[in-house]
This record gives sequence, structure tokens and C-alpha cells, in this order.
Amino acid sequence: MSTQTREQMQQQLDQEQHDFSDMQSRHFSVRARMALENEALRKSFRGASDFLMNKRRSVFSDDNALQSLRDRGEAIRQYSLSKLPQLLETLEKNLTANGIQVHWAETATEACEIIHGILADNNARTVVKGKSMVTEEIELNHYLEEKGIECLESDMGEYLVQLAGETPSHIIMPAIHKNTAQIARLMHGRAQSSSGEPVPYTEDVDELIGNARAILREKFEKADAGISGVNMAVANTGTLCLVENEGNGRMTTTVPDLHIAVTGIEKVVEDFSHVPELLTLLTRSATGQKISTYFNMISAPRKAGELDGPQQVHLVLVDNGRSKIFSHPTLKPTLQCIRCGACMNHCPVYARIGGHAYGSTYPGPIGQVVTPQIGGLEKHGDMVSACSLNGACGEACPVRIPLPALIRELRHEANRIPTRDDSAVSGQGVKRSASEALIWRGWALAHSSPWLFRTMMWLLTRSRPLFRTALVTRLLSPWTDSRTTPLPQTKTLHELARAHGVASELKSHNETGAQR
Amino acid sequence: MNEPLFVDAASGSARRQYPGRPSAVYLMGTCLVDGFYADAGLDAIRLLQAEGLEVIFPQSQTCCGQPAYNSGYDDEARRVARQQLQAFAADIPLVVMMGSCTGMMIKEYPQLFAGQPEEQQALDLAARTFELGEFLVNVLQLHTRLAEAQDQSAMRLALHVSCSSRRSLGVAEDHQTLMQNLPGVHLVEPQRASECCGFGGTFAVKQADISATMAADKASAIADTGAQRLVSADCGCLMNISGTMKKQGKGIASQHLASLLYQRLHGQGGQA
Ligand code: SF4
Repeated sequence: MSTQTREQMQQQLDQEQHDFSDMQSRHFSVRARMALENEALRKSFRGASDFLMNKRRSVFSDDNALQSLRDRGEAIRQYSLSKLPQLLETLEKNLTANGIQVHWAETATEACEIIHGILADNNARTVVKGKSMVTEEIELNHYLEEKGIECLESDMGEYLVQLAGETPSHIIMPAIHKNTAQIARLMHGRAQSSSGEPVPYTEDVDELIGNARAILREKFEKADAGISGVNMAVANTGTLCLVENEGNGRMTTTVPDLHIAVTGIEKVVEDFSHVPELLTLLTRSATGQKISTYFNMISAPRKAGELDGPQQVHLVLVDNGRSKIFSHPTLKPTLQCIRCGACMNHCPVYARIGGHAYGSTYPGPIGQVVTPQIGGLEKHGDMVSACSLNGACGEACPVRIPLPALIRELRHEANRIPTRDDSAVSGQGVKRSASEALIWRGWALAHSSPWLFRTMMWLLTRSRPLFRTALVTRLLSPWTDSRTTPLPQTKTLHELARAHGVASELKSHNETGAQR
Repeated sequence: MNEPLFVDAASGSARRQYPGRPSAVYLMGTCLVDGFYADAGLDAIRLLQAEGLEVIFPQSQTCCGQPAYNSGYDDEARRVARQQLQAFAADIPLVVMMGSCTGMMIKEYPQLFAGQPEEQQALDLAARTFELGEFLVNVLQLHTRLAEAQDQSAMRLALHVSCSSRRSLGVAEDHQTLMQNLPGVHLVEPQRASECCGFGGTFAVKQADISATMAADKASAIADTGAQRLVSADCGCLMNISGTMKKQGKGIASQHLASLLYQRLHGQGGQA
């Protein structure tokens, strides 16, 4: 039991919410440092990463099977993207034939306006939401709340994050940054039953979930509309597939009279035969589950004589920068993503700074790839440097997105001289500084001239005594802040090789290489 | 589905084809070895010579170009890479002393020179480039002859395999095989052995706080094994981990894989 009163908890929650907003307003490196200094946060993420990596490993015990499944996943996603415009047309045609109304939104604002328009047409004042990252991306809650529409998140993690006044820190487990004690405080301090009663304080996980469920259950019954995401939209049949574990997705899409599904345009697949492999990869990569608790297939509004289901179903297809990614020569694989979150679970940087430090809807490796392309390098250019290119994400990605290569490509985009062509990432060249460009020019000069290089390395080794001085240690900061000063050797390898009579060139070409 | 989805059999983890034992090889030390680990470079040369190979060390070699490439400066990287294409032009295998530089030359050179006059040259070089540990096991089968090692004294050893060697090249097992077959060596596995040490080239400077945290965790994990020595075939990782350990006051001896092998096999070396 807690020693705090409810008022004290509320004060603490207000303070935490304030700290969160404050952190979000800072620069990337400051956010990262704040996260690194937060012991509880680091423990949460480390524990979650280890847990999720183990879970995934346990369901992919046969590496050959995993690799061929990843080949299939990649092939399906690439095939779908290769026919994207055509598949979207087919999808619209078949959804419309099924009675689902299709809307196209080019920007985030347009998507919000369309959704608000549908709600307004139906006099909807209260909305329950299933988990959907694209609605986070377009900041739908904020938009609708300003229009006086109440939006309640019904996924447990999203619900907690909303109560706390924060944003998700992970695309699959939005409240992964919170420990049980924090959640207990949050529920007691801020959650209310419909009659305005606070829920009793408990740190028992089952009780916590039970309390939230009771509140949500009532909201489902009363809500005018449900808004959900989509995991896969099947073009040939006009079906919207939704993967979830809590049943809130099913409630959101079946209880209220109006259901609005929102998705990015890249989520379309051609045929149902493509779904099982993607689904298998998705649940196993995300949570280490062989299958999710619920798999919803939405193919039409309620038909005459049916007892339940919404009267209207809408699909809002959001572009928001995706067409541009689609036409980029090297960054296109970004759109293969099935949003499983495995890349963040396996990222050693994410494990240390957590999701909020990225300051974007999508954190971790996929966030570093997708965010600068949607939101521009001007605003999100710093996050691409937060990667050691260790490749753990690329190795985990179920659809083989070459994430490290794409992060590197974005560094190139950020530092290159702008090309001004249409496919250029917004903010191209924004990180290019005259001094850094000059350093790299000089570096290239020194390393493309053998004698200059040898001279430089000779000087380095001869200045070995200097490396024992405090001055050099200071000059080599920040490297030396947490490491001892590296000490050059007395001679270069070029010198040693010469001194030991090692040939610099191959004498007779014919003798050698013959055995290859 | 209307059309079949073809799966590229070459993608993923298919092992590469290895040539027979050559009579001569190039050795690339890399820039880091040249200045900071030159004795390990000499040990690598002696190790290969002791295997009966003629070792060619082109004096015109410099750096693979990776620092610029990973920072997004492609033109600068290409300029430096072009110098290596020239330095290692003859058709003999190229053995490289660091995994990340090997990865750069095998995986990135063909991309970097795609559509350029040097494209074929880059592809040819990539096909005959090998990481040192990979070459020792798959081409020379050195692991089958380690029982004859002169120094068989007992040693608790921690091996760190760089992310490039592990993921980009897939040669982690080769390094392990070499260490496991060394008589007297007791190989210990640190916690989260496959996790990045936080080096990442310019990452260590651009995101110094994150890098330092990763390095500190790696250093602790290795110290916790009680190993007497840390060995790795990547000097970036070595410098990062051993520098962090020393700063933390729990420094243990560290060295390049080539030095350890040469010392144990021939009972000497380890210094110039
Ligand atoms: S990039 Fe790959 S691993 Fe990351 S969320 Fe997308 S599908 Fe999953």
C-alpha cells in the first residue's frame, strides 16, 4: 500500500506530466541525456527489451524456418508495394461494393478534417478508440478534443498513457515505460468511474486491469463512434484486418453504430493468401505470440437481419508523406513495415533511452527512418545520428527492411548538398555545416594520398608522448570523458611491414592467384 | 495470388564460397591498426607467413572510407575507397584485420561504385575480400591445427565479436571456433554478448552519452565474467571497451585476435 494520499499522488502526477512536456520541448541530445539519467526508466526499458527479445527467440527456435519466413514476408510486402496504386484502386472498389465508405487524405490535417466531418455528420460527441499508431501520427485526439469531441483510448496501454497526459513510448506497448507502482498511482489519482468516483488504490495487476475494464465497458456502451487502426487491408476481398489482444478492438469496431478505420496507404495487400504469413511474422516478432488473442476481419457494416455491428463503416486512407517515400529510389523499403516493434525491442540505443527521447510518434529504428521522411529532416534530423549501425534491428525485422542502410542513407540526405529533385527528403542538406564538410574534405584528401596518409600516421605515432598529457585527454573529449586516452604505438604498421621486408607489391602475377 | 512471389535464395544467411589455399594474399591493416595496433598487424603478417603464404602489404593502402560513409559523406568515402581499389588491384585474396572495414569493402563498395567506372573493380574486390578470422577458418582451416600450439597455459578469455563481423559478415562462429580450439583457453560468455559495445565510429562522438552508457554496460558484463583477457578482431570495439574498463578501474589485458593466435601458436610475438 502507498503511504501517499490521493492529493499527494495527484500532485506528483501533475509534476510528472509537466516534466514530460518539458522533456518533449528539449533538443534530442538533452532528451537522451535526461532519459539516461533516469534509473527507473532505464530499468523499465532494459527489462522490457530483454523480455521481448527472449519471447521472440522462443517462438522462432528454428533459424532456417525463420529466415525463409522472413524471405516470404519481404517478398509479400515488396510485391504489394510494387502494385500499390493498382491495389489501392481494387481495395476502394471492393470496399465500396461491400458498403464501406472510402476516404482519401493527403495530409495529417486533411485526415483529421475528414474524420471530424464524418463524426459531425452523425452528431457523434463521444468516441472510443482502438489502438492505432496512424491516429497518433496525425494527432487525432488533440484535434477532436479541440472540436469538443471526447476521445477515449480503450487499449490498456493507450488508456494509461492518455490518463498520464503523455504519448506512447513504444508502438506495440505504449505504456512500457511505466512500472506497476506508477500505474497504481495513475489509476488511483486520475481514473474515475462514470459517477465520478475514484478507483481504489491497488498495486495488483489483475485488479488494476479490472478497474480500467469496468470504466471502459461503460464507455463502449455509450460511445457514439469507434475509431480503429488497420493492420492489413485486403484488396481482392475488401477486408480490413485488425490484430489485437484485449478485445477492445472488437468492441470498438462492433459496439458503436459508427466505425471509422484509419490506415496508412501502405498497409494494403493483394490477396487473403498473403495474410497468414504476415500475421505469423507480426505476432511472433512483436510479442512472441504464435497468434494474437483476437484477429478481426471487417468486411461490411451491419447487414439487414444481423444483430450487431455498426450501421456505418468508413475507411480513411492516409498518405501523409507516404507517396513521396514510395517514389524515393532507395528509401522505399520504409513502406514494407508491418509495425511489429521488433526493431525497437532489439535496439541497444532504444533499450537505454526509451521511446520518448526520440520525440516522435514512432521511436526506435523504424522511427528514425520514417519520422524524418514524414516530418522532415529539419525537425527530426538529429535522431538519425543516434545509431551505432550495429544491425540488430535489421536482423530482427520480419520483412527484412535494411534499417541500418536506410538510417545511413538519411544521414547522407541530411549532409549532402541539396539536389532539389522531387523525391528529395524534406530538409535535405539541413545538417550540412561548412566546417564539418571541410573536415571531411580534408580527411578524404589525407586518406586518398598514400604519402600524406603515411606522413600523418608517422606524426601520430611520434607524438605518442603527448597522448599521456592532460591536454590531449582534454582535446579528445568526449571520448576520454568515459574512457582512458588511447595511446598510439611507436611505429606505424606501414613502417613495421617495410622493416620486416614485407613486399608492397605482388611480383609475378601469373604464379599467384592460380589456385583460386 | 495471381503471380508467384519469387524468393531470392541468395538473400539471408547463405554461406559464401571459399577459394582453395592461395600462395599469396594482401593484408589490409586498416587506419586504426596502423596507428594504434601496429604490433597486432605485424602478428597477423607473421601468422599468415607461418602458414606458408606470401603476404603483400601495399604501402599505398590507407583506410576503407567507412568513417565518411557512415557519416553520410559519400563522395569523400568514394574518393578514399578508390585508393584501396588501386592498392589491392591484383587478383589475390585480400585479408582485412577488422570486421567493420571488411563489411565496408564487401557490402558497401559495390553500392558506392554502382553505375561508376569502377563498379566491376569493386565487385571483384568484394568477392576476394575476407575478414581475418573468416579467412583463417574457412580458407586455411587453422582451427584444425591449433592443438599444436606452443603456449597452452590456462587462460580465462572473453571474446568480443563486433556487430559487423556478427551481423553483416556472419563470421562470429569462426572467431568462436578459433578460440574454442586453442588448448588451455577457457572461453567465457559475457551477458548480452551479441549486443553492440557502443563504438559505432562517429556515433561515439555525436551521441557521446548514449555511447558511453553502452560501453559501460559492455565493460561491466565482461568484467563480471572474471576473464583475464579480452580479445577481439575489431580494434574500434577493443579501444572502446578496454578504455572504458580502465577508466572504471577494472581494466584487464586486451588484444587483437591475431596477436593472441600468434602468441599461443608460436610462443612469441605480441609486440613489434
Ligand atoms: S521496421 Fe521491421 S521490425 Fe521495425 S516495426 Fe517495422 S516491420 Fe517491425
